[in-house]
Amino acid sequence: MATRAPDRLAAVPPGKPTGPRRRRLQRHLVHRLDVKGSPYAYVAPFFLLFSAFGLFPLAYTAWVSLHEWTLLRDEHPFVGLENFRTLLADDYFWNATFNTLSIGVLSTVPQLLLAIWLAHLLNRPLRAQTFFRITLLLPNVTSVVAVVVIFSQLFGRDFGMINWMLSLFGVDGVAWNEGVLTSHAAISTMIMWRWTGYNALIFLAAMQAVPRELYEAATIDGASDMTQLRRITIPMIRPTIVFVVITSTIGAMQILAEPLLFGSYMITGGVDRQYQTLSLFIYENFTKLDFGYASAISWMMFVFIVLVAGVNYLITRRAKGGLT
Amino acid sequence: MRKSRHRFLAPMVAVSALALGLTACGGGDSGGTTADGGAVSPPAEKIKLTVGLFSDFHFAPLYEEFKKTHPNVEIVERRAQFNDHHTNLITQLTTGAGAADVVAVEGGYIGAFTPVPDKFYNLKEYGLDSRQSEYLDWKWKLGVSNDGSSLIGLGTDVGGLAMCYRPDLFKKAGLPTDRDEVSALWPTWDAYVETGKKFVAAKVEGAKFTDGPGEHFRAMVEQAPIGFYDAQYNIVAATNPEVRKAFDTGVKMIDNGLSANLAAFSPPWNTGIAKGTFATMVCPAWKTGTIKDQKPGEGTWDIAAVPGGGGNQGGTHLVLPKQGRHPKEAAELINLLTSKESQIKLFKEASALPSLPALYDDPAVSEYVNPYFGNAPIGKIFTDAAKALKPQPVGPKAGDVLKAIGDGLQRVDQGKQNPEEAWKQAIEDVGRIK
Repeated sequence: MATRAPDRLAAVPPGKPTGPRRRRLQRHLVHRLDVKGSPYAYVAPFFLLFSAFGLFPLAYTAWVSLHEWTLLRDEHPFVGLENFRTLLADDYFWNATFNTLSIGVLSTVPQLLLAIWLAHLLNRPLRAQTFFRITLLLPNVTSVVAVVVIFSQLFGRDFGMINWMLSLFGVDGVAWNEGVLTSHAAISTMIMWRWTGYNALIFLAAMQAVPRELYEAATIDGASDMTQLRRITIPMIRPTIVFVVITSTIGAMQILAEPLLFGSYMITGGVDRQYQTLSLFIYENFTKLDFGYASAISWMMFVFIVLVAGVNYLITRRAKGGLT
Repeated sequence: MRKSRHRFLAPMVAVSALALGLTACGGGDSGGTTADGGAVSPPAEKIKLTVGLFSDFHFAPLYEEFKKTHPNVEIVERRAQFNDHHTNLITQLTTGAGAADVVAVEGGYIGAFTPVPDKFYNLKEYGLDSRQSEYLDWKWKLGVSNDGSSLIGLGTDVGGLAMCYRPDLFKKAGLPTDRDEVSALWPTWDAYVETGKKFVAAKVEGAKFTDGPGEHFRAMVEQAPIGFYDAQYNIVAATNPEVRKAFDTGVKMIDNGLSANLAAFSPPWNTGIAKGTFATMVCPAWKTGTIKDQKPGEGTWDIAAVPGGGGNQGGTHLVLPKQGRHPKEAAELINLLTSKESQIKLFKEASALPSLPALYDDPAVSEYVNPYFGNAPIGKIFTDAAKALKPQPVGPKAGDVLKAIGDGLQRVDQGKQNPEEAWKQAIEDVGRIK
């Protein structure tokens, strides 16, 4: 990044610096410092903040997870991996893991397919293009609380609009928040509502970088719209797909507000923990001030996120790609 | 003072957890710097007392009264949101700084503080134990530390329990609608269930007999001499036959189709109040406000006595954290705020039910009616319930235990588990409470 200036500086002939030469050397030194050091100064704020609020908590959580740590007790005895041992034998933990994965799959897979399709539809000359693109982003701008409150009403058992519509088809009184699958479906719907448009915009940006000639050639060869999407668009935007899959996976693993508010602030995620996610499980133990255990769960969640994101990365990367 | 406070059980659970932590680190508290400052202060010295509340208690005129006898005292009131207020108090007690001189603690939380009397001034030392004879027995005992050595708080109001019902739905079911006749239908919880069966047999379109068995379960447990905790403050929910009996009665309500399977304070429950999807619900005094908020219409709901004889939910105590520098004046202020004269004023001003039974015969209380509830004599109904209640040991985690078993009842209600499975899991969950 800064190779030229030092080279020139090195060319300054050595000798006893006097008068103007000395001043010049000083200027060179300042310049050299500026060129070499400034970039670090520019990025420093982020890394300092990240260390304080990202890296340090991460490491400290690991440390806490090895102790029996309750907030108001003065001594925190070291227990090694005891918290993790308890955790792996805890049915509620595996229940939360299952719920997280289930909600993750139910929300992410249809969401990304829908997003690609929407982006594809918008990736052509349209009237009022900007309007449509902004509309896509609107659900994401809405506060998550508002979204969940409204959707909880829609998914109400007695007076919900969705049950009213279902009743027209002879399906009566679905208690959305009681069942495992129904509650997961309801929560996934909220997540999809908020994030589909956002991801569609990212896909759209990537699609616009695909050379037009490819589509023209394909059209001349008689390829249908769907074939063009499958054979040209998707292979060409694969890096973006990998990126979106990973960020969505991480997001889905951390779902907290939706299940918490869907259950009217019930930290167990339903009376049978039918929609308690991992984040909610951490929160439950955090409110019990069992920090050691909550930290252990946090670290397990971190490991899960890395694992799931890694697997998804491998799958999307190995998916057939590249133009043939 | 009597606003709905049970809708956020989760934060409450958190606070009770905090309080248990206090037990462990209670020893190191040094009262040396604090105790002498106020006791020796000459009368002329200017003193500032802070009062920490969680809503408007309508204390302002009483402060003025206090200043007449204590011209050197300035009173500053601080208010915080209900949950924050109690969480803050825990933090302040733990860190040893920031608490107000006089702090209000609500009934759902007081059990979290009675195990740690060394964090509070003992009001006995300021002569306030002389007031015991004036108080409802159970209300007084809530303010006494678990070991019985110290009096940490003096009660202000109580939240007597009743049964709210809808005369229109009762009429459709061919049941009496007059509140005295309705009260006579259910002297016991079994009779309540029997009445429910009649209601179900009448097949009233679109309405169940009651919202859900959770609040009933709570009322039944709290009517027993021993609830979730024994006299030594050990959790005995699993072995106490009264708890199991209450659970079984709840199951009976479900099995006979009485329950609308609605959790209290959930959105469909709120809608149900207005639309009449259930005909009865357990009603602490402050729930009349919740009902009004849903605008069911004047006279739609009426109020009868609660089965099983008496009950209470909510109500407040005033405590003096050890950090305060003027315990003598603060104790005098508590004494004034909870006096007979003050409590009757507060009833008139803020409808706060007094905790001194002598006031229950005062016409202002006994003849008080509420037009929104068909002119129900709520002064009498709620104070009768408060008077009939017997004291029960309340432990620091009573809220957690209640939630664990209440969730079990709801699992039965939702058809997920049979009663035995639900009970077994509930007791396991109770066992996890540390």
